Amino acid sequence: MNNTSILNQSAHHHPFDGSKDVFGFWIYIMTDCILFATLFAVYAVFHTHTYGGPHAKDLFSLPFVLTETLLLLSSSFTYGLATLSCRDGNKKAVLSWLWLTFILGASFIALEIYEFHNLYVEGHSWSSSAFLSSFFTLVATHGLHVTVGLVWMLTMLFQVRKHGITPVTKTKLTCLGLFWHFLDIVWIFVFSVVYLMGAI
Amino acid sequence: MLETIIGKLSNPQEVFPYMYEPLSQQLIIFSMLGFIVLAGIAVVGGITYFKKWAYLWREWIVTVDHKRIGAMYLIVAFVMLFRGFVDAVMMRTQQALSSGDSYGYLVPQHFDQVFTAHGVIMIFFVAMPLMFAFFNWVVPLQIGARDVAFPVLNSLSFWLFVAGALLANVSLLIGDFSHAGWLAYPPFSEIAYSPTVGTDYYIWAVQISGIGSLMSGINFFVTILKMRCPGMTLMRMPIFTWTALCSSILIMIIFPVLTVALALLGFDRYMDMHFFTTNFGGDQMMYVNLVWIWGHPEVYVLVLPAFGIYSEVVATFSRKPLFGYATMVWATAVITILSFLVWAHHFFTMGAGADVNAVFGILTMIISIPTGVKIFNWLFTMYRGRITFTSPMYWLMGFFITFTIGGMTGVMLAVPGIDFQAHNSTFLVAHFHNTIIGGVVFGYFAGITYWFPKIFGFKLNERLGKCAFWCWLVGFFVAFVPVYILGGMGMTRRLYHYDASTGYQPYLIVAGIGAAIIALGVVFQVLQIIISIKNKNKKEYRDLTGDPWDGRTLEWAIASPPPFYNFAVDPVVKGIDAFWEQKEKGFNIQSNPKSEKLHYQDIHMPRNTAVGFVVGILAFIFSFAMIWHIWWLGIISLVATIGTLVIRSFNYDTDYYLKADEVERIEMQHQQELARAGL
Repeated sequence: MNNTSILNQSAHHHPFDGSKDVFGFWIYIMTDCILFATLFAVYAVFHTHTYGGPHAKDLFSLPFVLTETLLLLSSSFTYGLATLSCRDGNKKAVLSWLWLTFILGASFIALEIYEFHNLYVEGHSWSSSAFLSSFFTLVATHGLHVTVGLVWMLTMLFQVRKHGITPVTKTKLTCLGLFWHFLDIVWIFVFSVVYLMGAI
Repeated sequence: MLETIIGKLSNPQEVFPYMYEPLSQQLIIFSMLGFIVLAGIAVVGGITYFKKWAYLWREWIVTVDHKRIGAMYLIVAFVMLFRGFVDAVMMRTQQALSSGDSYGYLVPQHFDQVFTAHGVIMIFFVAMPLMFAFFNWVVPLQIGARDVAFPVLNSLSFWLFVAGALLANVSLLIGDFSHAGWLAYPPFSEIAYSPTVGTDYYIWAVQISGIGSLMSGINFFVTILKMRCPGMTLMRMPIFTWTALCSSILIMIIFPVLTVALALLGFDRYMDMHFFTTNFGGDQMMYVNLVWIWGHPEVYVLVLPAFGIYSEVVATFSRKPLFGYATMVWATAVITILSFLVWAHHFFTMGAGADVNAVFGILTMIISIPTGVKIFNWLFTMYRGRITFTSPMYWLMGFFITFTIGGMTGVMLAVPGIDFQAHNSTFLVAHFHNTIIGGVVFGYFAGITYWFPKIFGFKLNERLGKCAFWCWLVGFFVAFVPVYILGGMGMTRRLYHYDASTGYQPYLIVAGIGAAIIALGVVFQVLQIIISIKNKNKKEYRDLTGDPWDGRTLEWAIASPPPFYNFAVDPVVKGIDAFWEQKEKGFNIQSNPKSEKLHYQDIHMPRNTAVGFVVGILAFIFSFAMIWHIWWLGIISLVATIGTLVIRSFNYDTDYYLKADEVERIEMQHQQELARAGL
């Protein structure tokens, strides 16, 4: 049997169904949510364990974090626009919005690295206290997730360019979208719990 | 310079710590090394001699077939069971000898590793893989599915588990294993008190296999919710599938917490963070809380599927529907929820105060209610049933007695006042072995005997199975009743040496005899497998019909072993015990040649892939590099892992269609085989 006959068969009998993948990925995100919840709980307990060192109030600059937040939130918005173009089957628009999302996400990561570096240079490393250990771990775990999302987005940029908007790429984009928006929500909690409440 | 290239491997004292110990320890290590090398030569030589490498690769290593993955889980679990059991015998012997002037035959730092390895291996590398073996074997067949939801992920989970198991074994010869007990409590597991690589081996072995377990949990959750055949509503699912569902939910909720706990401990050790250290504001009770938020539900992860097995076994061999199906489901669900709310009973002595301890104590006792419901359901299923006393039924009845006693000592320990006395004594050790051996191990043995013919196509020898059962049951009580008594006498767990005046020795000798009786049971089990394999084509062993026990659920409706696509035609279910009903009404859409001609369709199948195997190998290399601080190798293997996954994501040719003609050919072949056998 040759390839075309298989494809025809499949198109005829069994259209690609990505609902299982999206559901499974959603469940994975819920387990990731528990992972973050645990880190938040650890931070909540340890944020006063400064061992005589600086508190959150002494360390963080709210305007800087606001910039980070705006970058990440707008990247979520542009990803939403990519999803809309995906629904219209507009490959070119999808690619453009994905690139923009990628740039915004990468800028967020760049700012986060800058912030960490700054803290380190000022002598506040993760070894200084349990508070700083839990701060770096929580925020960097989010940053690591965003980085994974960026790598994934790169692969999707190539895959969409190669295959166009097919049921398969559509499903993959949906999963990536879930992931990206989820990280946005986690960041909102990071922003509120770590930075805003820390500033009080 | 050398240290940059090979990390801590440049320090012989770290790599071969046993070379700096007394000769007796080296003899133990080297005899074990000799055993492993001989076994390795036998296996590798055997595969080469029979020219099976290509077959092994093609049919097993790259497979995504859930039945084969299940069989591989079983094999690795058995190898690890052997290792964990040897550890147990070593401990029992040491404690029986190490009284007064004698210090036994193990040095303390070796004994520490033995009891740590025993716990780690039995839970993570025996019980968990056995459970996943059952999930893989049974769940898709019971719900009438062709495979699990994500077959490639399933293979990846398996190979990650193998990577973890391999790490735990490599530590025997290269470096040491953790000295800190099976849960590696800080501050002892911190770098300040455990500077060797042992704890790092522990962290990576458990972390890697834990990630595999989490992915399996997601996989089976989605499989059960999304892939049931037409008509199989949730309240028509076989109880084993129900328990697998609840167990998967538990896994999905608790394993991320374990991942975090181990990661934070790793950060403390590798990056000088201060989560659980004694200074810089760290708090070791944070770790203890996190690890038991995972750890307590974990015992239910393991025992719920065992309850599921008992439910299938008791209904089949009593030839009656399970008594109280709905209450069984609800009891399972209640246990699932309650299991999250009791973790603090593992450390009543923390000092949380009377109120907290009272709440956790009462919640713990409440768990015995749904568990009691289950016991009564099984008893009432047997009541007035037409019981056949096969060896799975023996395990079931052994379980009734053993587990109930274990449950009662559990309720005793749930009383905080008693727990303050019994905490960390051998009373506790006896209690949890009572529930885990009586509940989980007996259940899994029953399950292996019960489903073995389905997967391999022949039955296990019943007589030897019953001999094994009696040895296990008697051996268990001989081994653990003295341990209860010793706990009452004040003996603490993990004791290396004791004074003769304590009067422990006679009890520990009896316990050692108990372990020997269990060992005899293991010998019977090995014999059972060998003899059954030898006779597999004989009439009384071979399972031609696919329904050797007159079963009730869908897995018995198809051939043994099932064809790789499982069901040629999607089954349709109209009630609980779907296959039983089909048989009562005299039709079986899967295999009855007299029924009207079946209309076969093309079947959608996933392609085999090596991606799981490759990532498993890379995870092993990565962990090994991290354990020995070989940073460049760690980076390379991490990049290679990501690269493998990215390359895989570019592969769009991941499945194919099995033609209807081919399905018909395979099914007809099976029918002819049946006809030849006169069935």
